[in-house]
Amino acid sequence: MRKAPLSPQMTIALPLLGAASILLAWQYLLPLLGVPAYIVPTPTAIFGVFQKNFSLLIDNLRPTLIEALAGFVIGNLAAVLLAVLFVHSRVLQAAYFPIVLFFNTIPILALSPIIILIFGLGMTPKIVIAAVICFFPTLVNMIRGLDSASDNEHELFRVLSATRSEIFWSLRLPRALPMLFSSLRIASATAVIGAIVGEWIGSDKGLGALIIQATFNYQSDRLYAAIVLSSSLSIALFCLVVLIERRVIRY
Amino acid sequence: MPSAIEARRLDVGYGGRQTAVKVLAGLDLTVAAGSFLSILGPSGCGKSTLLRVVADLLDPLGGTISVLGETPHTVRSRRDVGFVFQDSTLLPWRTVRDNVRLPLGVGQGSLTRKIEDRSAELLELMGLGGLSERLPHQLSGGQRQRVAIARALLGEPKLLLMDEPFGALDEITRDRLNDELLALWRRTGTTILFVTHSIAEAAYLGDRVIVLAASPGRVVKDLDMRPFKQEGNRCKREDPAIVAAMADLRMALERAS
Repeated sequence: MRKAPLSPQMTIALPLLGAASILLAWQYLLPLLGVPAYIVPTPTAIFGVFQKNFSLLIDNLRPTLIEALAGFVIGNLAAVLLAVLFVHSRVLQAAYFPIVLFFNTIPILALSPIIILIFGLGMTPKIVIAAVICFFPTLVNMIRGLDSASDNEHELFRVLSATRSEIFWSLRLPRALPMLFSSLRIASATAVIGAIVGEWIGSDKGLGALIIQATFNYQSDRLYAAIVLSSSLSIALFCLVVLIERRVIRY
Repeated sequence: MPSAIEARRLDVGYGGRQTAVKVLAGLDLTVAAGSFLSILGPSGCGKSTLLRVVADLLDPLGGTISVLGETPHTVRSRRDVGFVFQDSTLLPWRTVRDNVRLPLGVGQGSLTRKIEDRSAELLELMGLGGLSERLPHQLSGGQRQRVAIARALLGEPKLLLMDEPFGALDEITRDRLNDELLALWRRTGTTILFVTHSIAEAAYLGDRVIVLAASPGRVVKDLDMRPFKQEGNRCKREDPAIVAAMADLRMALERAS
């Protein structure tokens, strides 16, 4: 038997209660169990870092935010443009798509040192890593999306003597948008991962660098604060994508 | 009366010219301008394929076909053909009005004949006046097909091709749309080719009904319905003459299957 749906108040209250119960257990149960604070600091200790070292956190958030955003825009834009090229030229797609597939199998952690060798230190290699990590899912989804119009829809446009560019703007692109946005939602989280991985390997600024430094200095409350901040950054980017998606796709 | 369609020894198939599987073989068909031709036949007999050749969506392998005295390509590029599919093929991101106005936004560049925006009038005519700002997913199946018909009529086509347009609708809605379509046909004088699986629908709508047999498709029955009907292709569904014609068509269809 299907269970009755929860009331609107409960659908909001229950996740909040769930989160609160875990935070409470973390705050009071873990120390009782003898888990030392240098391994898992309490939520209040982590919150204390936000008060104490607010400017340090914000100074390190800024480069990561810029790298993740720039990588997100560049990687997705490149993927969309390449997808458009591929669906309009089967020859190009057949020749180069397998190579793109091959590149995707290289772990980003293995690729990152090469990117840093090429682009040096500074923000550029981090932006490139974030872009690379966004690129592939969007390319695949966008190709599929641009090809997702039905035979009847293509025949309808042919009966109307539509040109290739009219078919693109009035049929292929709107058909592709839902799939594009589902990959943008994924990319909003992976772009931040890309920027942080880049900062791990060669940087003294950014949340990634802060995570590495805090780890080596046993500043676990600072480490956890950096983690909370990077996940908040991903969530903010994700919400931004969803907000734009709701304005663009209304059906 | 001049003919809207003249097909001679028409061969149509899918695949290469050598290896093609023939869907239609040696089809001869003449359709008078202004007539309402119902096309019946078992699945896979090439009913839809025939419409696609007329609409220049598919090239024949052999034989000749002229549409309104010209090649299908010329007629399509002039947009004298309207096509209604079984699934309404409405674009889900466009409102009802903007779906009907689709022919204004695409294909206008290459045209010698520009079409005008008659969407308001057509929406009224199809009983969609109050729904023009709705999105397709907010409509019933019958309403969606009305929108598809309004869109096909926007360019005032001389030839309307309908591929089982009411196949997915309930019987009451289907009957109502049948009557609306007949009224439309009487007003506009457009030649209509109407593919259907329903013998009753074919007999009620058409002033002529043909039955195609499968593998390969050819005409096995050609029935002039005018003797069974009154002026203006009018009849009652339960009229004994129509029922008799339906029995005749049923026999032909059973032999063809």
